[in-house]
Amino acid sequence: MKIVDALLDMNTSPTSELAARYRADFPILNLKVNDKPLVYLDNAASSQMPQSVIDRLIRYQTTQHANIHRAVHYLSEIATREYETARRTLQHFINAREDREIIFTSGTTDAINLVMHGYGRKFIQSGDEIILTNLEHHSNIVPWQMLAEEKGATIRVVPINDAGELLIDEYEKLFNPRTRFVALTHVSNALGTINPIKNMIAFAHRQGVPVLIDGAQAAPHIKVDVQDLDCDFYAFSAHKLCGPTGIGVLYGKAKLLESMQPFKGGGDMIASVTFEKTTYNTIPYKFEAGTPPIAAAIGFGAAIEYLSKIGLDAIAAYEHELINYATEQIITIPGVHIIGNTRTKVAVLSFIIDGVHPHDVGTLLNQEGIAVRTGHHCAQPIMQRFKIPATSRASFAFYNTKAEVDTLVEGIHSIQKVFS
Amino acid sequence: MNLKSIYQEVILDHNRKPRNYGTLDNANHHAVGHNPLCGDRIDLALHVEGEHINRIAFQGESCAICKASASMMTATVKGKSRSEAETLITEFREMVVGDLDLAGPHHLGRLAVFAGVRDLPTRVKCAILPWHTLQAALNSDAIVSTETAEDSIHTANSKA
Ligand SMILES: Cc1ncc(COP(=O)(O)O)c(C=O)c1O
Repeated sequence: MKIVDALLDMNTSPTSELAARYRADFPILNLKVNDKPLVYLDNAASSQMPQSVIDRLIRYQTTQHANIHRAVHYLSEIATREYETARRTLQHFINAREDREIIFTSGTTDAINLVMHGYGRKFIQSGDEIILTNLEHHSNIVPWQMLAEEKGATIRVVPINDAGELLIDEYEKLFNPRTRFVALTHVSNALGTINPIKNMIAFAHRQGVPVLIDGAQAAPHIKVDVQDLDCDFYAFSAHKLCGPTGIGVLYGKAKLLESMQPFKGGGDMIASVTFEKTTYNTIPYKFEAGTPPIAAAIGFGAAIEYLSKIGLDAIAAYEHELINYATEQIITIPGVHIIGNTRTKVAVLSFIIDGVHPHDVGTLLNQEGIAVRTGHHCAQPIMQRFKIPATSRASFAFYNTKAEVDTLVEGIHSIQKVFS
Repeated sequence: MNLKSIYQEVILDHNRKPRNYGTLDNANHHAVGHNPLCGDRIDLALHVEGEHINRIAFQGESCAICKASASMMTATVKGKSRSEAETLITEFREMVVGDLDLAGPHHLGRLAVFAGVRDLPTRVKCAILPWHTLQAALNSDAIVSTETAEDSIHTANSKA
């Protein structure tokens, strides 16, 4: 719905101008690779950083840096203020009710591990069940397997159909009185599928089961409203949102976060320490032990400001146009198959070329300056489901152009010629 | 295609029509090589008599670089002695990691077409996997992996 609304809004300014308008903000896109202009189509792994975010990092480092929450001096106060401002920027970005519901983590993986340790180890017992899906990234599988092994709990998996969509009937059938937790991705990193998480969350809640959403691939492409979704936890990473590496967010409902045990122990996460007893700090600090990546958090805030200025709805509308264009081009090439054909997807295109291993595709496209990801995309269960070892994946951002799609299509044609 | 490309005609040809592809009756040395990162898998069987590699065959699913490397390897070591094969294994490994001066003395012959992978660090493993597997087969280790064997996930994969 949102995509359609945005498309209508965009009538006055054609969406196809979006990339042209913002591309110049990204210095790295001027690079040449193997003497060819870089065509960066690996945005699902990490997207690029605009100059405004680079400048923000430099300004912090040259005029505002000190440790936070620890001293009364000038720089510490400024750094603390900027860090907490970034937290509020993130709060508004996903429409969290309170800023203390935003915990800075090192990324999505760290956020999921925090919930596994803080919530899972406290509340999940032997014989309990955890529901995951066939579309999960390894980082939303392995922590739960570790927990299941430790506790004697069981993992149940929601299957997918040939289009790469979750089977919602099967999801609902997995629930029983031992179901304690659902961990589910908003968008599949390997196929691009957008899952109907709002309904899935509502269903789980009717059974009294909390839900964690892995939002790593959704936050850069879809407007996220955690109150509207009513998810219990939502995790995402800055480096997929034009921000720095080493920083991400765990959103959690305040009540749940308060009920959880800390993940890491150390400085900043305590209220008082004696050798007899430690009292933990309030949220979010209870979960932010040690000196955080302050510069990265502030850079994350700057990246969100940058993206918010463009508008997530405008980004979604343009990327929708781009993925449709790319799909139309690639689907018509004989011998090329798109894996994941759902209509509700973000701008991710996973494909295989008959007779050519994806790693050869990746190396040959690289010779043309085109960056795609090849392999199992940290989602081996998806590859097993489609009985393939790997795919090549082109993943787009709002700064990619239709001309770049054309370059990719030419690249695929020339690979087929080499291997014919 | 540019000339620096690793995808030269020899390699493409061996990928299209791999030599010594299939199984071997009464093989007495055998090993499976696996690269869990990209799913390359090489199943290698040898018939060794005394010091001599009489016959050799391979099978498996892999990328072009790995398959061509396996094909050219089998064509090269067939009929050679164990110690000649060991020398080739060492020289090939040195070549693909950039430690061999191809202008100096070596025994690689046409295998020198793989020299270009030294500029593709992520593909070195693809080229080298058949050679690791050959080493394992000569030692008759059952399974080799390009990843460390201690890692339980990778070990599980190699068995899958
Ligand atoms: C769906 C999904 N979940 C989790 C992650 C892990 O994110 P990070 O590596 O930033 O912790 C990724 C990143 O590749 C992802 O695509």
